[in-house]
Amino acid sequence: MTTLTVPAQPGQDTSPRPVPWRRMAWVTWRQHRLALAGVAALFGVAAVYLLVTGVQMHHAYAAVAACRPAGSGTCRGVADNFLNTYAPGVGPVLGLLQVIPALIGAFAGATVLARELETGTFRYAWTQGFGRTRWTVAKLVPLAVTVTVAAGAFSVLVSWYVQPIFGAGDENGPLYPTIFDLRGVALAGWTLAAFAIGALAGILIRRVIPAMFATFAAWAGLAFVTGWFLRRHYEAPLVTTNPNFAAPAWVLSRVWTRGGQPASLSMINQTLRPIDVQAVTPGQFQPGPAARAGINPVNYLAQHGYALLTTYQPDSRFWPFQWIEGGWLLALSLLLLAATVWLVRRRAA
Amino acid sequence: MNVVEASGLGKRYGSTWALRECALAIPAGHVAALVGPNGAGKTTLLNLAVGLTAPTAGTVTVLGGRPAGSPAALDGIAFVAQNTPLYKNLSAADMLHLTRNLNRRFDQGYAQARLGELGIPLKQKAGNMSGGQQAQLALTLALARRPRLLVLDEPMAMLDPLARHDFMATVMTAVADDGVSVLLSSHVLAELERVADYLILMSRGTVQVAGDVDDLLACHRVLTGPAAEAGRHAEQLSVVHARHGAAQAHLLVRTSGAADPVPPGWEAHPVSLEELTLAYLREPGAAALPGPARARYAEPTEVTK
Repeated sequence: MTTLTVPAQPGQDTSPRPVPWRRMAWVTWRQHRLALAGVAALFGVAAVYLLVTGVQMHHAYAAVAACRPAGSGTCRGVADNFLNTYAPGVGPVLGLLQVIPALIGAFAGATVLARELETGTFRYAWTQGFGRTRWTVAKLVPLAVTVTVAAGAFSVLVSWYVQPIFGAGDENGPLYPTIFDLRGVALAGWTLAAFAIGALAGILIRRVIPAMFATFAAWAGLAFVTGWFLRRHYEAPLVTTNPNFAAPAWVLSRVWTRGGQPASLSMINQTLRPIDVQAVTPGQFQPGPAARAGINPVNYLAQHGYALLTTYQPDSRFWPFQWIEGGWLLALSLLLLAATVWLVRRRAA
Repeated sequence: MNVVEASGLGKRYGSTWALRECALAIPAGHVAALVGPNGAGKTTLLNLAVGLTAPTAGTVTVLGGRPAGSPAALDGIAFVAQNTPLYKNLSAADMLHLTRNLNRRFDQGYAQARLGELGIPLKQKAGNMSGGQQAQLALTLALARRPRLLVLDEPMAMLDPLARHDFMATVMTAVADDGVSVLLSSHVLAELERVADYLILMSRGTVQVAGDVDDLLACHRVLTGPAAEAGRHAEQLSVVHARHGAAQAHLLVRTSGAADPVPPGWEAHPVSLEELTLAYLREPGAAALPGPARARYAEPTEVTK
């Protein structure tokens, strides 16, 4: 049957030495340098904005920090003036920065595998001598490390940027949802998680645009659930009945009780009628035209058998919470990346 | 050594079997043509052989027993997929560099010389090349890996006749120079007839015919005779396909050799590869599986040798 004899090289070819890992470095760089440039541009633009406005804010804050004696009414006025000027601008900026991990997950993470599968180039890439499992690892790991480190560096800048706002005693402390996840290790953790979500969405969905949207949706869902439901349970919240509680803390809820039972706003307003004050929320009161000055509604309610239960997480738990969040995000990301590699190994074509 | 060996190989997508009970042994040193209509399972078989797909049932090994998709298998096989996927935003030089980095062996000199001969500028992006140039670039990348088996899936489907000719010329030069074994698929036999010396016919997810082209031609012939007698003779002969005219009938039959007797009043003609292929493709129930594949074929039909 055999008309041509192929020169066999027994032993040598049956278990070839693998292609060295470092050879993939150029491949990953060449194919993803545009995405990495996009990540750099994203962080770059945001960093320039934070630096420019941050320097301005730090200049203005110098007057607040220099005010003596600290804690006096005059100084409180200076600080409030500073906050009234700058805090309204900081909120939206922090809101915008929230989407950075999602953008990285969608543009740098979801495209890695989805583009190969959508254009059919995986048939080229996965039949080369390097091997598809190693190819996947050699792409995902350096990209994941790069975006995570970049996010970690950026979060240091965010911390510097918001420092005057905390220093001036803003009501939203470092545990507040839209600032907590931009500082410490959380931003790096969220960026890594979004990248891992993107990678997994890429192999599961196999189309670039749908995978990007899925990444965005999955990240948004996870971030929302974490910020509004999960994070407050990292440690058991503290409860105080001090009606004038004002320690630096993330206040989770304020509830008036009477005789151990929660009291509704209408019940409270019934009690407050003689002094003509309306409770808008449990902590906010609106005096009416007949209200007498000098009567504190909180104290008035306390005198009438009410107790204000405040549930809160003290700001001192910032770092423990950061490590908890960073820890589970890292574990989740590793799990998602491992699942991605496993899927590449298992399914295809 | 068999470059591809399959036994009991099957692949199911959802509830549909794209490939069933495939037994195959393609010896080394051939240009093997995998022919069949669209949807016959050709691409599935090739994807299994190069390790892109995992089988649902059975096994497939390449290059003398290496499991498909294993590092040793990937090292020795170069695959050019359907529509020759390339990174459209990369230049020819980048594709060369990419392939070089992804493999143990890469003949940069050969690749550059080939592209020079083809008039493909190294700086040109793959996305800006013509279909023929893309196919040639993909083939050049594959051959520069110095594979022992070259697998091509519908390599010429998108090419004009001139580009087809040039493409096959490159393949045949590599066969002559390096002794590389080739397995290529097509739904058009005509483009393979001149080059293939081993034929695998597939239909409806099964291998129908597999064997050396010369052997296949030697054991088939066309008998021409009166249409009225055709039915009587057909019962005693292994008829693959019968074509009845008004007066004459043409029976394509399997024989055990040229010495087989011809019925009185009938004429025997040698068969062409195209006639043979068409006959089998028209009769998906017929099978001819000589060689190692035959021994493993579980349920021989009446026309199996």
